[in-house]
Amino acid sequence: MSSLSRDDVAKLAGLARIEMTESELVELSSQFGMILDAVARVQEMDLSGVKATSHPQPLENIARPDVVLPSLSPDEALSGAPAQEESRFRVPQILGEAE
Amino acid sequence: MIQLTAAQMADALAKDETTSVELTQAHLDRIAAVDGQVKAFLHVDSEGALAQARDVDTRRKSGEKLSAIAGVPLALKDVLAQKGVPTTAGSKILQGWRPPYDSTVVSKLKDAGVVIMGKTNMDEFAMGSSTENSGYGPTFNPWDLTRTPGGSSGGSAAAVSAFEAPLAVGSDTGGSIRQPAALTGIVGVRPTYGAVSRFGLIAYSSSLDQAGPFGRTVLDTALLHEVMAGHDPKDATSINAPVPAVVSAAKSGDVKGMKIGVIKQLQGEGYQKGVQARFDESLKVLASLGAEIVEVDCPSFEYALAAYYLIAPSECSSNLARFDAMRYGLRTGDVEGASAEAVMSATRDAGFGREVKRRIILGTYALSSGYYDAYYGSAQKIRTLIIQDYAKAFGKADVLVSPTAPTTAYKIGEKVDDPMAMYLGDVATIPVNLAGICGMSLPAGLAEEDNLPVGFQIMAPAMQDQRLYQVGASLEAALLSQWGAPILSKAPALGGK
Repeated sequence: MSSLSRDDVAKLAGLARIEMTESELVELSSQFGMILDAVARVQEMDLSGVKATSHPQPLENIARPDVVLPSLSPDEALSGAPAQEESRFRVPQILGEAE
Repeated sequence: MIQLTAAQMADALAKDETTSVELTQAHLDRIAAVDGQVKAFLHVDSEGALAQARDVDTRRKSGEKLSAIAGVPLALKDVLAQKGVPTTAGSKILQGWRPPYDSTVVSKLKDAGVVIMGKTNMDEFAMGSSTENSGYGPTFNPWDLTRTPGGSSGGSAAAVSAFEAPLAVGSDTGGSIRQPAALTGIVGVRPTYGAVSRFGLIAYSSSLDQAGPFGRTVLDTALLHEVMAGHDPKDATSINAPVPAVVSAAKSGDVKGMKIGVIKQLQGEGYQKGVQARFDESLKVLASLGAEIVEVDCPSFEYALAAYYLIAPSECSSNLARFDAMRYGLRTGDVEGASAEAVMSATRDAGFGREVKRRIILGTYALSSGYYDAYYGSAQKIRTLIIQDYAKAFGKADVLVSPTAPTTAYKIGEKVDDPMAMYLGDVATIPVNLAGICGMSLPAGLAEEDNLPVGFQIMAPAMQDQRLYQVGASLEAALLSQWGAPILSKAPALGGK
């Protein structure tokens, strides 16, 4: 039986930038063993020599001519912004904080 | 008028027997009468819909050549961006967002003169099989309001089943069109991966996501499919090839001489008795119509569910990183001195629901160093084996078939605290997504034990979508003549019917 401790879940939540309450961490940790056991079945088959498929279509890189096409105006691009200033997205402090 | 098929509505419009405004208003009235019970819609855009309807009526009067379904109203899954209309993907993190652009599907619908009446409810970011994971409350199955309509496109399926719209758009990452179609007694198609542009489709799992049509008949579904599909330079994975002739296939509907493969692994144990019984009867019907039924073996399908619940969460953990509280959507905790990282974490906690968090954490784990090869890497190899199993099976059969879902619609709340039980409902639909091929669900009758609809799934190779419609139309016609009336006539009346 796989398991993931409350602290493991807390670490993953930190990596995924999701603040979680204590009860969420405990709940998720209790559900994870069962979920991991189920998905770990992918390791039951002999997969040696099998190639990985990341995508259902055999595509090469898709390029287009480098020409300017119509795009959103600054006002449109900013229309959903939680905060803006001087036609730019205003974001919280990203440097110099005490973490 | 709302009881007509979309094809009949289109015909009445072409003959000037009705107008799009009249047709749209009739559906808006129906929505007003029953959606309080069904809760299929998150947002009804009455004004916008009537304006589109007036426009298409004017274009028709002026003699403009219009698409086959111009003027017919439609319900749009809230996962597709529509300019100026609230678009949430069922998530609180996007509450109030109005996209500044149209998704390609919406542009195509508008160009075709299809009237978009509103946005339908869904599991948050399409993660779920019951619509209970919506941040805005569940949708209720029109067949039994204590049950789920399936999901994640449960709102779209319920809207069509409840005659709130003749057509709807959904999206299908692991069965999210076919399974709700099965549970609500309608037709739903997941087109070949790359057949319908994903531009403006809010991403869950990019290598699996595909938008597709719902209708009450195979022909209606084909008419919408033809309008939605086609190459789009804005989506690099969009297939640059002509749209398969789905409408003519739906009109011809002949299976004589076709080989139909029954997948050994997708029936029997774990399938509800009435589901298996309707499936077996449909096979007999197809045989009586001149199809040859063969059994095919797809041993790796046993691992499809496990592979899916690694690949989809892995991709979602990356895709959903864009919800960072910086450019659009919710922002919380932005107090003086708070760091960007703290604001991001607080916002994602407040904006994401339980299932979304569960899948992001699972994906983060599956992709983390030390576990990558064992989980995500192995899942990608299983994906290769599934593609190989399909290739072999399609060497023996023109289409493959199975029940769409192992059970009929279950009670609201029944599986919400048991994620694995919920995931098992996708066991028959997931292989199609992993292989990037196409699939249809159409009604096969009612299970005798609960009088709820059962779905029959048809699968075809990539870009052979017309085969789904050919077989589907043939089975539909034969079952209709057995039943004497469409399956939805057996659904209980909703208030105002």
